[in-house]
Amino acid sequence: MKRQSNLFKLLFILVALFSFSAIQAQQLTVTGSVTDATDGMSLPGVTVAVKGTTTGTITTPDGVYTLNVESGQTLVYSFIGYKSQEVVATTSTINIALEEDVIGMEEVVVIGYGTSKKKDLTGSIQTVSADDFNQGAIASPQQLINGKVAGVQITDGGGAPGDKSTIRIRGGSSLTANNDPLIIIDGVPIDNGDVSGMRNPLNVVNPNDIETFTVLKDASATAIYGSRASNGVILITTKKGTSSGMKIDYAGNVSVASKANEIDVLSADKYREVLAEKFPDNVGLMGDANTNWQEEIYRQAVSTDHSLAMSGMITDNLPYRASVGYNLSNGILDESSMERTTASLNINPSLLDDHLRINISAKGMFINNNFSNQDAVGGAISMDPTQVIRGDAYEPYGGYFAWVRPDGSPNGNAPDNPRAVIDQRMDKSKVNRFVGNAQFDYKFHFLPELRANLNIGLDMLEGKDDGGKHTLAGAAWDTDAYLRGGAYENYTQKKENKLLDFYLQYTKNLAQIDSRFDVMAGYSWQHFWAENTSGAWFNLPNEDGEYIRTPENLNRNENYLVSFFGRLNYIFKDKYYLTFTLRNDGSSRFSEENRNGIFPSVALAWNMKEESFLADGEVLSTLKMKLGYGVTGQQDIGSDYGYFGTYKSGQPTAQYVYYNNVTGSYDRVNFTTIRPNGYDENLKWEETTTYNIGFDYGFLNDRLSGTLDVYLRETEDLLNQIPVPAGANLTNELITNVGSLENKGFEFSLNAIAIQNNDFTWNIGANIAYNENEITKLTRVDDPNYIGVITGGISGGTGNNIQIHQVGKPASSFFTYKQVYDTDGKPIEGLYEDVNGDGVVNESDLYVGEQSAPKVMLGLNTNLTYKNWDFSMSGRANLGQYVYNNMASSRGFYNNMQVSGEYLNNISSDVFNTGFNSAQYLSDYYVQNASFFRMDNITLGYNLSSLLNNNMKMRVYTSVNNAFVITDYDGIDPEVNGGIDNNVYPRPRTFLLGVNVNF
Amino acid sequence: MKITKIHKIAFTFLIVIGLGACVNDLDVTPIDPNLATADKVLNSEEAFQQVLAKVYAGFAVSGQEGPAGDPDLVGFDEGHSQYWRGYFVCQQLPTDETVNGWADGDLPDVSQVNWGANNGFIRQFYYRAIYQVSIANEFIRQANSLGKPEYTNLPQYIAEARFLRALSYWHALDLFGNGVPFVTENSAIGAVLPMPAGDSPRGPELFDFIESELLAIVGDGEDQSQVLLDAGQSYGGQANKAAAWMVLSKLYLNHAVYRGVADNNYYTKARNYLNKVTSAGYSLITDADAVAGDVYDPYEYLFLADNYKADNEIIYSINFNGDETQTYGGLTYVVAASIGGDAMKPNDYGMANGWGGNRTTKALVKKFTTEDKRALWFTEGQQLEIEQQDQFTHGYAVTKFKNRTRNGGFGTNEGKSDWVDINVPVFRLADAYLMAAEVDLRLDGAVSAGSLAFLQEIVNRAGVSLPGTIDLDWILDERARELYWECHRRTDLVRFGKFTKGYNWPLKGDNLEGKDVDDKYNLMPIPFSDITANPNLKQNPDY
Repeated sequence: MKRQSNLFKLLFILVALFSFSAIQAQQLTVTGSVTDATDGMSLPGVTVAVKGTTTGTITTPDGVYTLNVESGQTLVYSFIGYKSQEVVATTSTINIALEEDVIGMEEVVVIGYGTSKKKDLTGSIQTVSADDFNQGAIASPQQLINGKVAGVQITDGGGAPGDKSTIRIRGGSSLTANNDPLIIIDGVPIDNGDVSGMRNPLNVVNPNDIETFTVLKDASATAIYGSRASNGVILITTKKGTSSGMKIDYAGNVSVASKANEIDVLSADKYREVLAEKFPDNVGLMGDANTNWQEEIYRQAVSTDHSLAMSGMITDNLPYRASVGYNLSNGILDESSMERTTASLNINPSLLDDHLRINISAKGMFINNNFSNQDAVGGAISMDPTQVIRGDAYEPYGGYFAWVRPDGSPNGNAPDNPRAVIDQRMDKSKVNRFVGNAQFDYKFHFLPELRANLNIGLDMLEGKDDGGKHTLAGAAWDTDAYLRGGAYENYTQKKENKLLDFYLQYTKNLAQIDSRFDVMAGYSWQHFWAENTSGAWFNLPNEDGEYIRTPENLNRNENYLVSFFGRLNYIFKDKYYLTFTLRNDGSSRFSEENRNGIFPSVALAWNMKEESFLADGEVLSTLKMKLGYGVTGQQDIGSDYGYFGTYKSGQPTAQYVYYNNVTGSYDRVNFTTIRPNGYDENLKWEETTTYNIGFDYGFLNDRLSGTLDVYLRETEDLLNQIPVPAGANLTNELITNVGSLENKGFEFSLNAIAIQNNDFTWNIGANIAYNENEITKLTRVDDPNYIGVITGGISGGTGNNIQIHQVGKPASSFFTYKQVYDTDGKPIEGLYEDVNGDGVVNESDLYVGEQSAPKVMLGLNTNLTYKNWDFSMSGRANLGQYVYNNMASSRGFYNNMQVSGEYLNNISSDVFNTGFNSAQYLSDYYVQNASFFRMDNITLGYNLSSLLNNNMKMRVYTSVNNAFVITDYDGIDPEVNGGIDNNVYPRPRTFLLGVNVNF
Repeated sequence: MKITKIHKIAFTFLIVIGLGACVNDLDVTPIDPNLATADKVLNSEEAFQQVLAKVYAGFAVSGQEGPAGDPDLVGFDEGHSQYWRGYFVCQQLPTDETVNGWADGDLPDVSQVNWGANNGFIRQFYYRAIYQVSIANEFIRQANSLGKPEYTNLPQYIAEARFLRALSYWHALDLFGNGVPFVTENSAIGAVLPMPAGDSPRGPELFDFIESELLAIVGDGEDQSQVLLDAGQSYGGQANKAAAWMVLSKLYLNHAVYRGVADNNYYTKARNYLNKVTSAGYSLITDADAVAGDVYDPYEYLFLADNYKADNEIIYSINFNGDETQTYGGLTYVVAASIGGDAMKPNDYGMANGWGGNRTTKALVKKFTTEDKRALWFTEGQQLEIEQQDQFTHGYAVTKFKNRTRNGGFGTNEGKSDWVDINVPVFRLADAYLMAAEVDLRLDGAVSAGSLAFLQEIVNRAGVSLPGTIDLDWILDERARELYWECHRRTDLVRFGKFTKGYNWPLKGDNLEGKDVDDKYNLMPIPFSDITANPNLKQNPDY
């Protein structure tokens, strides 16, 4: 009985308890907050509804809500752009973190001084993330996105390992000032200037460490960077630690590169035949060999790249990622190589209950370059193919064939034995660079909507020769060094750039008026410092016991940039967006009056898809319109002290000497000189005003999506190196603000998911960019007769130029004589059109012809995956670009075969097309259409996903870079930076085998 | 709360430090050890001497690094922009004395007397000449403002700067006329548009300025506070009164061209100053100057690596030294460009290289008799007849300038580089002798006994004899024989009215035999670029 009663008691209590709770359920009051799962920000206006009823509420501006429900009812949290979430109400506090929903819009994009949700963007910004990077043999970061972003032209300087690329965003906005975009790595604007001993300043980052490239194209996106933003901004972020576990990634590859093409010159046999016909008197100068010099200097080059990264979490709040990379890139020009070791560390601790987030990032790079001697490229084309490479007779010249004068001294004018220039010069360098920063982001305890962000950064480097740049004894190709037992050269460059940024950001939701806004205001201080030293010496002394070739020279430069900036974002109803930014830059490169520049921008965006008239459409899934206006500047004018008068001391080799004949001793009385330099006290920024209208669109749940942008960019106060009125200054030309130019065009991109199912996906990406560049003003005084600024120096002769900046024409248009052709279409030597009709043909008949920059650029890429296989291709086309074939113009004429009977040159086979006897450097015959399509990359990969109990993933792949080029251009490669094809290190074709392992 | 307060304070502190300290950073002064502002550098007499040395060096080198680098003028091939190279292009290339064969831009047009207003090589010299005026102005300007009474030599330095300015202005007047921009130490630097010296390309304004400047610094003006050293008291390469007298004489002798009207008073003035030159203690280099071991002819001493020793004849020179004054212009250019072909050995001329560019025409060669010791040609492998401008072997090579010493040795370059020691003999006594005879003919129709004796000295040294009658045509030809490649020829041909018409030579008018050209070529064009940059300027007629 007792037991029963106990059991009963227990049941009673249970029932009672249950009943009590059931009674409570009738009156449950749930409170909580709704936040964004990505950034933890409060979400106002979120609908909290009781499922199956009409009961509900919305969150307050602070993102909190209170709702009376019955226990056990289901609460539905829904908010536009977020995934709805359902929770059964059982407790009185329910905090919810909503995740963003819309396809393609979930990304958080890095913008200037902060981040933004992609859907909130108002400017023309494009991000390429690691998944979409180009594949294959990638030694330098910019190769990762070549062809991926509409309106971004990336031209590498040639095929040298890790070669420098020229990046142009929407065409250049300057003539003489820098046209390179501002590049910011993890919040540190890096010095993108040339680095001694390094081909490419961007090589500081291991491409494998890069997470995203974000390209800011229009001024509403870039104006926050003010005076450095005119040419666009590229933000690079590196990979950071993940939030759980420990991951190890390894990527490695081995590649083989070989020359894709040869420059068409005469073979030894053909050369013998032509020389005998044209210059029978000089056949005695020929040798008996058959040498293909181009074969002798190029090689098959094997390169490897390894990168190992470890990432994860130490304790609960210290994510980290550490990586090391090793890249050995061997160039196809014999001996050229780059050996790079990189190390990077990112740690992102989060302290004080997530109120203080810290990002510490450090990147180190250690490069050993071997430059080989690129003169060999030209030498291999000019060298007489009938000569031997080496021979006993050439003992004094290290055994290498050399053209010599009757007394045995090397002929300094003759072509240099390309094998000798490589073998008899050591040109190695060592470069160390460090880029690091610490970023503190603090969310105020008493006011969580307010954040303070402090960023301190440092970019320092040292580039120097590695053991001296040596010309060995016997080198006939360096006549001065030959006579003095060889020579060497030392150089060192040091740079140190410091950064301090600080900003406050306040974010607020005002649900009452369906608005969100954030305001940011900040301050930035930067100091740039550089020092260069160089000097050259001979190995043997002269009679006075001196070794000096070039006296040691030291120069030092610095400049400061002090800025204030701010941004206001306002979002109304999640449909209408406004962004306003303002930057005030002060640069030490300008006088007090001109020092400060104000750079405003404003942008509006309209998320049209959210409007009722489009919201229900099934086909259209995204439509957003963006309007932007902004002013940006350019202060990188090449001179740090251009606005005030300076006096410059001369070198010991530029002294003035008197002879003391008063005493009759004739002793030398020498003076080092001091020169007053020219200056422009009114120097100021260039200002570029950009207007942009853009659309983001998506169809069929964004399976078809893309962007369209139309822009106009007007640069005023264009810095131009122009002739100053003679006598008005202490030089003949000055960089000064005189002109204006205009770029206009459009960019269109399309991404399509053609097929997507469990086994098979097929994506296609395409982009097209059209840009028109026109110089609208060049001089202070309008003069219709002013021809413009001659530019574009070529090889051949001295001081020959082939391009011009002229008002009404694109920058660097070709400026040549109009070739007259005979009835067979063959150019008639020396006969040019009398363009101005004055009866004589002289330099007044030069005319402005085609432009060198491409008018249209296309990027195409596609990838397919089928089960474990993946396949991708990417290619690019440039249309409407012209190149001056300097290789042919400086070598394609018969008289060049022999020079005054002293020595022989090989000539370009183009001579058979022209029949030219003498050089016709300024003929437009050599300006050739260089439109092309290049298949940059083809890759095939296979994924092994279920290794080691699914704990390890592995991908093996093979790729070919520079697979083929389709073009009508006659030269070796139509892709020539600046439009003058001359002595370019040829781009190799590279086959690669690689593996990525993650576990 | 405590934590937030600390943070507040810390942030405020950071902002204050950051903003306050850093805005001042924008006021910079050069940190480059070779660069300074005027007030910091011009604080001693030596510093002024160094700036004056730059005004001199502006005639010799092309920039601050030597042989190239940090150029004075930009936008050009640096070597081409050197003063004497540019002057040689303008004075020699369009004449019967010189043909250049390089396919450098519109350089061939200069040899063809077929240039336009955009010609890059004429433009280079124009800017170089006016540049020299500008830096001389700057020296005078700073000397006036930062000079101190204790800098006792400063007035003489200013006189030298005024001489160098007058010399360049004379070159500009001679080539480009009276309409070139006119600036002095009183002109502002910067956003100014200089006015032309005069409205008309032939007129008195620039002439009068140069004359008054020179008169002042030789002590013949009202203000005698800034006067040059006497002849014999200056260093070789330093301007003295005799050098200024030479420029005055040149100015007066050519006055009819420069002013557009002939006026015998100016010939009289020329005679006056030529008298001063010829009686200043100078004498021709002759056999008497030779010592044992000398391997060249006395005439050649004037053009050798050790021609600083020829100071009894050379009145004013632009100095070079293979170690200390290096350039791709100057006499490095003149010598290197004159060596080419298969047979010439650069080392014979003290050089490491030949650039194969400049030769002479048969028009000059035929003025010489075979015994004339001044005919310094290299003919092996060279043909006299020019059929192709771009072939060095067409036309005789000229070996007048050699970077060897009198005893056959090498200069400071030891024959192992192209940097020569030869000084440019800008003015020498033989020129004054020929001018004196010309003035006699122009004033009196006959050569005076004194001038005849001078001419006799000249022909004696050359190993030839005087003709029975001496007329102006003979003077012009004799000037070519004595002074060829010394940058007098174009001026002489223009003065004698034979530059454009009435006398032709190979390639003139882009014709192998030569043909008459438009009279506009008597003046070179003001470069188009300056006409555009400065609307106050007027183009010379018919360009």
